[in-house]
Amino acid sequence: MVQYPSIDWLAITPLIVLLGGTLLVLVTGSLTKVWPRGLYAVSTAVLCAAALVVEMVLWNRVGHEGPVSIINNALAIDRFTLFVWIGVTIATGLVSLSTSEYLRREQLEGPETYSMYVCAAIGAMIMAASNDMVVLFLGLETLSIALYVLAASHRRRVDSQESGLKYFVLGGFASAFFLYGIALVYGAVGTTNIARSGQLLSQQVFVKGDDALLLAGVALLMVGLAFKVAAVPFHFWTPDVYQGAPTPSTSFMASVGKFAAFAAMLRILTTGLGARADDWRPVVWVLAIASVVVGSVLAIVQSDVKRMLAYSSIGHAGFILIGVEAAGHAGDQDGIPSSLLYLLLYSVLVIGTFTVVSLVTRSGDRASDIGSFRGFGKERPLLALAMTVFLLAQAGMPVTSGFIAKFSVIKAAADNESYAVAIVAMVASVVSAFLYLRIMISMWMSDAESGDDAREKVTVPWTAGVVVLASVVFTLVAGVFPGWLIDATRDALVVVR
Amino acid sequence: MSLFAASAPAAPFPVLTALVLVPLIGAVLTALGSRHRPEITKLVALVSSVATAGMSVWLLAEFDTHDGGFQLVSQHSWIDSWGIGWHLGVDGISLFLVVLTGVLFPLVIVGCDPHHDEKPYLAWLLLLEAGVMGSFLSLDLVLFFLFFEIVLVPMYFLIGGWGYDQRVYAATKFFLYTMVGSALMLVGIVTTALLARDDLGRLTFDLVEIAEGSDFAASTGRWLFFAFAIAFAVKVPLFPLHTWLPDAHTQAPTAGSVILAGVLLKLGTYGLLRFGVYLFPEAAVWSREVFLTLAVIGIIWGAIAATMQSDLKRLVAYSSVAHLGFIVLGTFAFTSEAISGGVMQMVNHGVSTGALFLLVGMIYERRHTRQIAELKGLQKVAPIFAAAFMVVMLSSIGVPGLNGFVGEFLVLIGSFSTARWWVVIGATGVILAALYLLWAYQRVFHGEPDEANSSFRELRLREGAVLFPFIALIVFCGVYPKPMLDRIEPSVKALLERVEEKTDFVVPVSDHTGHGEGGEG
Repeated sequence: MVQYPSIDWLAITPLIVLLGGTLLVLVTGSLTKVWPRGLYAVSTAVLCAAALVVEMVLWNRVGHEGPVSIINNALAIDRFTLFVWIGVTIATGLVSLSTSEYLRREQLEGPETYSMYVCAAIGAMIMAASNDMVVLFLGLETLSIALYVLAASHRRRVDSQESGLKYFVLGGFASAFFLYGIALVYGAVGTTNIARSGQLLSQQVFVKGDDALLLAGVALLMVGLAFKVAAVPFHFWTPDVYQGAPTPSTSFMASVGKFAAFAAMLRILTTGLGARADDWRPVVWVLAIASVVVGSVLAIVQSDVKRMLAYSSIGHAGFILIGVEAAGHAGDQDGIPSSLLYLLLYSVLVIGTFTVVSLVTRSGDRASDIGSFRGFGKERPLLALAMTVFLLAQAGMPVTSGFIAKFSVIKAAADNESYAVAIVAMVASVVSAFLYLRIMISMWMSDAESGDDAREKVTVPWTAGVVVLASVVFTLVAGVFPGWLIDATRDALVVVR
Repeated sequence: MSLFAASAPAAPFPVLTALVLVPLIGAVLTALGSRHRPEITKLVALVSSVATAGMSVWLLAEFDTHDGGFQLVSQHSWIDSWGIGWHLGVDGISLFLVVLTGVLFPLVIVGCDPHHDEKPYLAWLLLLEAGVMGSFLSLDLVLFFLFFEIVLVPMYFLIGGWGYDQRVYAATKFFLYTMVGSALMLVGIVTTALLARDDLGRLTFDLVEIAEGSDFAASTGRWLFFAFAIAFAVKVPLFPLHTWLPDAHTQAPTAGSVILAGVLLKLGTYGLLRFGVYLFPEAAVWSREVFLTLAVIGIIWGAIAATMQSDLKRLVAYSSVAHLGFIVLGTFAFTSEAISGGVMQMVNHGVSTGALFLLVGMIYERRHTRQIAELKGLQKVAPIFAAAFMVVMLSSIGVPGLNGFVGEFLVLIGSFSTARWWVVIGATGVILAALYLLWAYQRVFHGEPDEANSSFRELRLREGAVLFPFIALIVFCGVYPKPMLDRIEPSVKALLERVEEKTDFVVPVSDHTGHGEGGEG
């Protein structure tokens, strides 16, 4: 007789709400005529809001009752998980809203894109929550497959198809590496449960050379995860995919995709392999330095804004990796909170940025050349100002959330005496500031050239306007009053072990 | 007892917080103002900057002359989780810089015309003022960094949006140069607080708490000092990190140049005193010869480069490099006269070079050129203008009786006992200053005006009204610097006591008591 595990239904309600809701939207959406303008997006956003409410309830419950491991220890419901869930849900809602008019403009309207977002978000949430590597792999694949589809979702653009295919082939490869890594680690430890392997590894003493299987497994896991977070040298897909994919999909990848991959990385490395931190920490160190340097240096030589932002996202991944590296030091209290904080703040920033970009690229989603920003400051001063805030925040200027994010990882690094990585990262952030300045120069300091007048005017639909406004407000508020966010990320330190 | 209780003031007006917030609010209001009612926008900008100026002058009256510590302190918790607080305070070193900032901005707003897009221009200016004020008043490392860094943004847009031909290049160069320095400083700040945590028992970024409560090992302190000093050396700018300055100055609109020279560069020299010497006295003494040497090279290099310039504005820009060299020379001489002289020189340079940039801006307005070769005989057609230029220029040279002399003289005489050979070489900079400025004056103002210059317009009333406060300050501070010195010295002495206490450096006891009567040198 099969023993079914008992299920804590409330804990998985956010997933159920999202899945059920999006299936409903998808099914009714495909059976009915095209819905009124913006309704798909709004209903998706409402779904996310509903999930968000449940997540808040859970956040409180975990605060009172402590973290729990549910469904036969497959999922870990702790504040780490919930922080990522909240971040992913908010990001999904924002991206859905910003997509609405984009799809209309590109004549792609329909419910499919939104359900892909939600499916991907569910995958991301499973990744963040999974306490078992096989379950994590399921989440990873759910997320990845949805992302491949999203990348290729602009049916009439070859670039988009190409981007989807590239992402699919390379992503499949990375998933295979990851799966093989799971197998090897299982071979070495004897369990796929993350918390359990953490316990076992901290008791187990390996004789020299005896741990080759484990190390090989860790290495393969690192390859798979580094690919997903787009860390150098596993970043080659990023510029092409980011550039070719429809702009809202790009912003989804850069926010939700990164969030999930880093959450998985943090859980596997700190909870599962925490006892072997001395083995993986140098790897993360190298990935971090390589990412901040390569990301910023290659970003400034691009001429396409989406490509620039792709490279800059590699640089930001490097910054987050600094937090991950810090989390590998014994007794560290700053690494995980700083990474989570960075992820949340960066997600909102990047969504705001790409929302503006998707408006500027105009019909056909082609005008992503930096020249298409010429004279934008005159044409749409408020939108240009919002973009300026996003760019300055990404450059790490004070009074914006970007500064808080950078400050928190630099603090985490300095606290563990990783001064070299802190200095390299800060210098690299100056290099990448040049990229943000270039976009600002184009917006504010260069006038429209002859022929530019013939360009389509940039219009701001209310859905995108709401997203931009919310992102700007969040960027500034989190920049000035970050205390509550910092405290929330600190709570995320208590995880299922 | 009851007497004291009765006279205990209720919560005093938080003037320092207001000094930061009023321009900030002004900036927001200006930015939100209607595009169709430019006069209201201008009025809002003017009112908030004048209010700030009024408060800064009031601060002067409130300031307790004989107290060397931080006064009018305003302290609130802010980001508790990281030990960052809103901590503002003023002492003799920052007092006059704050007043200078307060006074300079309304003058610039009245005196310089942006020609286009007035609304964002005014908003950026006010944001800049808030940032500069905050930098001079902050007593929390992160708060200081925040203001120090935020200053870049308005300045970047001012240069890039309202500057001359090469403005984008100059603005970008300015932004990136300064950011490299502050990137290292941020790491330094974080590390300083984390290391001080062991001594203090908790994480705090409070400058006073860290300085009083913690003791860094010599080698650690030196690294940290280095991280801070790079940022300030770029800002000052010290040779060889000065190359952004001529471009930024030359390409900036007049208002930008005035503010840049007047107060922004002082962030560097002020920072060296406040965050370099105060936090890391051991490292500052240890590295003093390097700074003295760079300062002297800067003095000579700046002067020679200024002599060679064909562009009037560039000439003034290079003269700033030389003048700022004197301030750094005074700072690292570690005598009471030298540092006080340096602080005075910070203010004086702000006044006289600010005025010079205003005048050069006026020349450009009239002639649309700054090339010295194209200007000739202006004295004939505009005698009052020439007279104003003459006074300001003489002050910049450091002629006794005008403000420029007092600071430079104090620096030189104060440094003589501790940095003799550097002074000997640096003093030639005074002569070179006379050379390049007088030569420039001669070429621009003397002789017969040619056709293009014969219609050069005389000083107008509004221009005169803007210049008058500058000239009044130049003369007043030159003739009677005592009130200023009285307020600066206690703080400088306190700083030096700290240096003596923490290091084996012996500050020579001065028998020179008559710093006040500048004219007798």
